[in-house]
Amino acid sequence: MVDAIAVRGLVVDRGGRRVLHDIDATVPRGSVTGLLGPSGSGKTTLMRAVVGVQVVAAGTVTVLGAPAGSPLLRHRVGYLTQAPSVYPDLTVRENARYFAALHGRGRAEADRAVADVGLATAAGQLVGTLSGGQRSRASLACALVGEPELIVLDEPTVGQDPVLRAELWARFHELAATGTTLLVSSHVMDEAARCDRLLLIRQGRLIADDTPEAIRAAAGVDDLDEAFLRLIRAGQPDDQTGEA
Amino acid sequence: MNPRILSATVTRILRQLRHDRRTVALLVAVPTVLLTLVYYMYADQPTAPGQPSAFDRIALVMLGFFPFIIMFLVTSIAMLRERTTGTLERLLTTPLAKTDLLFGYGIAFGLAGAVQAAIASAAAYWVFGLETAGSSALVIMIAALNAVLAVALGLLCSAFARTEFQAVQFMPVVVAPQLLLCGLFVPRDEMAGWLQAISDVLPLSYAVEALQEVGAHAEPTGTMWRDTAIVAAAAVVALVLAAATLRRRSG
Repeated sequence: MVDAIAVRGLVVDRGGRRVLHDIDATVPRGSVTGLLGPSGSGKTTLMRAVVGVQVVAAGTVTVLGAPAGSPLLRHRVGYLTQAPSVYPDLTVRENARYFAALHGRGRAEADRAVADVGLATAAGQLVGTLSGGQRSRASLACALVGEPELIVLDEPTVGQDPVLRAELWARFHELAATGTTLLVSSHVMDEAARCDRLLLIRQGRLIADDTPEAIRAAAGVDDLDEAFLRLIRAGQPDDQTGEA
Repeated sequence: MNPRILSATVTRILRQLRHDRRTVALLVAVPTVLLTLVYYMYADQPTAPGQPSAFDRIALVMLGFFPFIIMFLVTSIAMLRERTTGTLERLLTTPLAKTDLLFGYGIAFGLAGAVQAAIASAAAYWVFGLETAGSSALVIMIAALNAVLAVALGLLCSAFARTEFQAVQFMPVVVAPQLLLCGLFVPRDEMAGWLQAISDVLPLSYAVEALQEVGAHAEPTGTMWRDTAIVAAAAVVALVLAAATLRRRSG
């Protein structure tokens, strides 16, 4: 089976600094892959490269068999930016309907996407009047509404209460079970355990690309947080070149 | 361009405007309030025989100018918000074409400008007794075209602004010279040659001349149509340039 995402030798410079150093990674189809790393490690830059809005210095990013950013992929990829990118002066429903229309979907799909993120009761509210957590769920609804084959989510669960977070992760796995591929970034380690595969990135370098079980086994500990610490210590010595 | 995406974008922009009731109220009321000021400023000024009154001369140009300045500002800020809130980046990962977005703004705010011009014209003709030899429909058409031109220039200028402060500064840069040199204050053919040359490349000069043609002639003149075509062409050029400044990939 062809991978949903194949990154080869990816190098990205931003503002004169190297943000991603020669990244090689793959994301299998029909899975939830976690992109973990501290703030400033290059997660967002890698995601931007995958959705094709990032200028890259070297390397290739292949998404669903086509170069990242190809016009044909725009129907097949959904992207949630880290800051909620929805219109604050529209209601939740109006936002969802607009993004649905861009993907050739109708009102029913828009209403379903709003319900899926637990905003059915707030559908008629202006996004600008919502709480931060609700706003980012409104943004999430707009990423899901096109029913894309690949969904790239930049920190979708920040600011959500634990019950909602569990519901969202259950929804991600439902989508994966139907063949959708999800790449989800987080800096919360307890979410790492919910992923089928993990990419751990630090200072612009990939330091792990495996299943959570394999990462635990390799580090010889049960706790993923601890496992990552050991991987980092076992990896490169201190290197302060990357920040983004 | 895709008709479904274009119409969804126009609808979305108009919905945003509709939710902002204060802006709608200002769009509708401000031109009429300003026309009232102009009316009373010139109420006691003598009119030379055979000439249009000062109010008729100025109000006619103002009808075209209001949509121009207001839609320029509204568009600059709206587009800057798309950039700074991340909605633009997100839109560019969807099937939306750049022209869907730019023409969406052109159509939506062009419509808003047409409504604004129609209301201001109704006040000018019915309340203040504005007299033009030509049809009021032509005045509204030229004013609406000015709105589209302003939207196009606003979209283009917003590419060069990183903050709202910068975006607002483009208003005096882009709008003020066009107002000063359009022929309202000093007739264009009485200006120094170099000022005329500048005036000749500013699109508002042609819009004002077209309005003056409507003011002076009962039937649409060839000059009016030529000027209208120039304004429309300038709007298309600005939209195409604006499309060129929109990059799907950034650093």
